[in-house]
This record gives sequence, C-alpha cells and structure tokens, in this order.
Amino acid sequence: MFDLSGKTALVTGASGGIGKEIARALHAQGARVAISGTRREALDALAAELGSRVEMLPCDLSDAQAVEALVPASEAALGGLDILVSNAGVTRDNLFMRMKDEEWDNVIAINLTASFRLARACVKSMMRKRFGRIIGITSVVGVVGNAGQGNYAASKAGMIGMFKSLASEVASRNVTVNCVAPGFIESPMTDALNEKQRAAVLTTVPMGRLGTGAEIAASVVYLASSEASYVTGQTLHVNGGMAMI
Amino acid sequence: MSDVAERVKKIVIEHLGVDADKVVDNANFIEDLGADSLDTVELVMAFEEEFSVEIPDDAAETIVTVGDAVNFLEKATAA
Repeated sequence: MFDLSGKTALVTGASGGIGKEIARALHAQGARVAISGTRREALDALAAELGSRVEMLPCDLSDAQAVEALVPASEAALGGLDILVSNAGVTRDNLFMRMKDEEWDNVIAINLTASFRLARACVKSMMRKRFGRIIGITSVVGVVGNAGQGNYAASKAGMIGMFKSLASEVASRNVTVNCVAPGFIESPMTDALNEKQRAAVLTTVPMGRLGTGAEIAASVVYLASSEASYVTGQTLHVNGGMAMI
Repeated sequence: MSDVAERVKKIVIEHLGVDADKVVDNANFIEDLGADSLDTVELVMAFEEEFSVEIPDDAAETIVTVGDAVNFLEKATAA
C-alpha cells in the first residue's frame, strides 16, 4: 500500500517543519523528491539526509518569475512531475483593524497566489499523462477562522476553494486535487507560542497534545498514492479533534 | 486533403472518439463533435505535440472548428 516508487514529487516549504516531514515521508515511500524552500542550510541538511532520489530547488515564492520557473525546473530535474505538494506558507499576524496592506498582500502572494501558479504550471502535463496529484497544505484556520489571522485564514480558505474548483476541472483526467488541513502542529510556527498560550491552545484539542509533522506527512502520502484515486476535492483535517468538520 | 489536414483529423478522431465522416472542415469541436472545454485544451496540446509548434492561448481560442485547426497549423508549419 501507498508505494510511490517511480513517482516524482515537488514539495515547497521543505525547509520548514511540516514540509521536511512531508519530503521525508514521500521519499520513504520511494518517490524522487524535489525540495524547495528559502532556507538553504535546512535544504542542504535535508538533501544530505535523504541521500539519493533528491533534488534541491531553492525558490522565493514571493517572486512571481521564480515561482513560474519552479515546476519546469522540477520536471527537468526529476524527469516529470506526478505529485505537487504546495506546502509553503507564512504568517504575518495582526489584528484586523491594524493589518497593513503589505501584511495582507505578502501572505496572499506566498500562500495563495504561489499555490495557484504552481498548480497551473503542472496541471497540463498531469492531464496529458492521465495521472497527477496536487495537494495543498491549508489550515484548520482557513475553515474556522482565528483572531489576528485574517490574512492567513483568507489565504488558506482561498486555497480550499481554488483546489476544489481545479479538482472539478481535471477529475476526468485522473488528476486529483486535495487539501490537508493541519491543526496545531509542533513546528517553528507553534514554537513561537509561550507556555500560557500553549496551555490555552491545548484545552481546545480533545487529544490534549500538539500534532507532529509526521502525522501531516502520512495524510499527504495517502492522498499522493494510487490508493487514493477516488478521493478528490476534499480537505482532510488532521487536528486531534480540535475541529470536527 | 493536405497532409496537415489528415494529421489533424486523425488526432481529432482518436481524441474525441468520433466517426471519421463527422470530422469535416466546418465541424465545431464543442457543438458538433461533443468536446467539452477541457477536451479542446487537450486537442490543442495534442496539435502542439504532433506539429512541434507552440499555440499561444489567444490563438488557441480562435481554433473552434476542424478547419480552424488545419488553417492555423498549415500556416504555422509553413513558416
């Protein structure tokens, strides 16, 4: 089950906590993986750890031209692209009434517009091959909202609607498009919480703990696999029961 | 029938699974041959591959009949 031997995958945000685990998991199932991100050192370390079947493609997703070039570069490096995991994301939290246009634009550009451009760039060859997996890493916040994260929530909700639309368009070509929506996951993003915030967060999670990147990665592996061939347009919530949707 | 026309018609027949006698010059891909909008995108992709040309989006939008495709590709490959 869930064998990805011979498949090729691009993971954006692979220098981050969850992205790294996604790259590891896809690689462990046999895929050839292109890892993209902004932190060169983290990518170097991950590439060294994975050893073979890995390509490193640093990319700044706020740069439109760099985004446009990323899929062709991955296809060239891997000899095709079967799986896109659009994972990169940033937060620029602020109260709604104080949010600057620049904070809004930056989060929408990286989280939503870059996902759009990447998916647009890879869908043509996936249609031609009659196989493709596009997986967006969204967030529980995109569905339930969160104070101070109007921009982030909008970008993540946008991703869900965008990918449902794409899923409808390409379903007949055996290209599936889904989202994984993590809840609170151990990562640099949640490390920024202080103890009090952390305790408050945990009262909202029936499982009483944060999730791990590996638990997100396992869902990605499932959606990327041939076994998930009849699953499209869905959002898989991985949140310890925090929101049951 | 020109060589280009023959190759275009072969692609259309294969791709849309329609009878050869329906694939005439004035046959509209969507109205006459039952293509959906995604089929038309795929047809353009198939033409690009077969003739090793690039068909920009604004040109692709003008290719709505078999004859349109033949005309476009005859010009594109003659150049």
